[in-house]
Amino acid sequence: MILESPYGHIQARRGYSRRKLSSRVFLVLTGLTTALALIPLFLIIDYVILQGGKYINWTFFTQLPRPPGVTGGGVLNAIEGTVLLVILASIFAIPPGVLAAFYAAYYPNTPLGIAVRFSTDVLSGVPSIIIGLFLYAVVVKTQGHFSALAGGIALAILMLPTIIRTTEEMLKLVPPALREASLALGAPEWKTSLSVVLPAAGNGLITGFLLGLARASGETAPLLFTALGNEYFDFFAQVRSGLASGRDPFTILAKILGQPVDSLPLTLWKYAQQPYPERTQQAWAAALVLMGLVLSTNIAARLWIVFRTRRMKG
Amino acid sequence: MINKSQAFLSVFGKFRKQFGKTLHHGDRVWQVLTVGMGIGVLLLILNIGWTLWQGSADARSKFGLSFLLPSLDASWNPVLDAFQAWPFIYGTLITSAAAILLALPISLGIGIFLAELCPSWLRLPLGWMLELLAAIPSVVFGLWGIFVFLPVVVEPLGSALAHTLGSLPLLGAFFAGPIPANGASRLAASLILTIMIVPTISAVTRDVFLAIPRSQREAAFALGATDWETISQVLVPYGLSGILGAVILGLGRALGETMAVTMVIGNSIEGTLSLLRPGYTMSSIIANEFAEAVSPLHSQALIEIGFLLFIITLLLNFVARFLVWRVARRAPQEVRG
Repeated sequence: MILESPYGHIQARRGYSRRKLSSRVFLVLTGLTTALALIPLFLIIDYVILQGGKYINWTFFTQLPRPPGVTGGGVLNAIEGTVLLVILASIFAIPPGVLAAFYAAYYPNTPLGIAVRFSTDVLSGVPSIIIGLFLYAVVVKTQGHFSALAGGIALAILMLPTIIRTTEEMLKLVPPALREASLALGAPEWKTSLSVVLPAAGNGLITGFLLGLARASGETAPLLFTALGNEYFDFFAQVRSGLASGRDPFTILAKILGQPVDSLPLTLWKYAQQPYPERTQQAWAAALVLMGLVLSTNIAARLWIVFRTRRMKG
Repeated sequence: MINKSQAFLSVFGKFRKQFGKTLHHGDRVWQVLTVGMGIGVLLLILNIGWTLWQGSADARSKFGLSFLLPSLDASWNPVLDAFQAWPFIYGTLITSAAAILLALPISLGIGIFLAELCPSWLRLPLGWMLELLAAIPSVVFGLWGIFVFLPVVVEPLGSALAHTLGSLPLLGAFFAGPIPANGASRLAASLILTIMIVPTISAVTRDVFLAIPRSQREAAFALGATDWETISQVLVPYGLSGILGAVILGLGRALGETMAVTMVIGNSIEGTLSLLRPGYTMSSIIANEFAEAVSPLHSQALIEIGFLLFIITLLLNFVARFLVWRVARRAPQEVRG
């Protein structure tokens, strides 16, 4: 210290202010990049609302598509198809996903537990179009026709990683004492899991399911060669005509699941590539509905967990 | 009557007792179900790979390695049954590489901002907004891309790049113009991909920074380092493998992204290297042609492309998870205020 030059501290000070300045500059830059990345979010939401809002009306929700080039008509087929596909996907994804998550949560360090978690991660990285190819080979080709069933399974495989991962995290958050108390009272493992642990983790699970649903309902690529699209699909009309001709509900359901269906993302993709202005306008309206559906599900899922956990703490 | 039902009950009771003993009161069933589903997830992955491998057998034996090799005049001719995948492989590689190069600095900035600088009340909403950006369906990105992004941003930017960088000696090949009038090009695909993968990379980067122990920061501050020096010289090297993992995860997403890219890349099999020309990617050729594949060999060739894509993303995922997992394991459990 004493041996340093008498001007040393001034040098140091000057260096320090420069370092301080460059630090400030870089920190501001990180804030700017954050803002930059969020600009597209607002631009897209803004533009889709403006454009879609112009063309959305009641018939859009209640009528089947008209032939290309004819104004009017709606996307009832796609809306019903989306709902049908998402319900199918939930049926195929939620029970197996929850069971696998129970294993992964309670035996995390066994070889199978590690394998489950790892393959869940890998599965979430498999491109969705590959899932479509897979289902085409396994279901569509063996059945000989495109079907809602194949589309539902494809979406289920896409939802599966989200469901397993969130369920596993939520099960781990449940205090072990709850589970142990139930086991100590003599309840078998399955009863403890289903009626003690699962309800305790309930809020988190609902969030996970909703996030999975949001992801699945916006997907197009896996449906291209499975659900294919169907401009004449009308769920309620088919049920009505089926009942009128005296078929039993299972036959009607099997018929509906065995035929191609449309979904909002599929319709949007097809309409965006057609040269007719009416179709482009309907594509914007479909984009608005789809985005509203996906984003509101997403936000609802996150708000749900925030509010429910806050209430539980308080 | 009473005797009969009593007899039934006693038989039923015996059965129940026996059932309870052998099945451990239903726990055997539960164990079989949970273990079965766990194995099911594993088998699913293997089954996907096996199905694609099987489904492309004829194409693999007919075209061999020439299917994958680089060539500037590759043929993709469903009528003559002559297929080479290079244009699609190149398209996928160049668009993903460009997207990663653009997304990395932005995501690193976001990760640092969210983990180190941002006031805590802002952290949650900002994180949510990024996740909403990631949640917007790919087709909506595509639609917006076609009608807004291409004419307003990509076309002018592409022309400017063609005029400035297009005449450079080596790099110029990647920026050779002219960009098509509607803007549909590999550049458009790269930019859309950038927007789509930034949320993925920045979320993992943020988590990596949050996992770094507080003591690392305090040590750097104690040595007199400024905020930025702490971040760039201590935290970034510490979390480097995690950040690399984040980049690879983003790369995996970029490689597999289908709809938005298909809508803006122009879908043309052209023998140029240029970013400013229309192109094709592996996933977009599958999306466009598989449902209307002309011959069995055509669909087999498409499945082979799918298999290749599956293997690449699988390997990337292995590496990425391993890297992220290593950072998480090294960081001791510590609560950050």
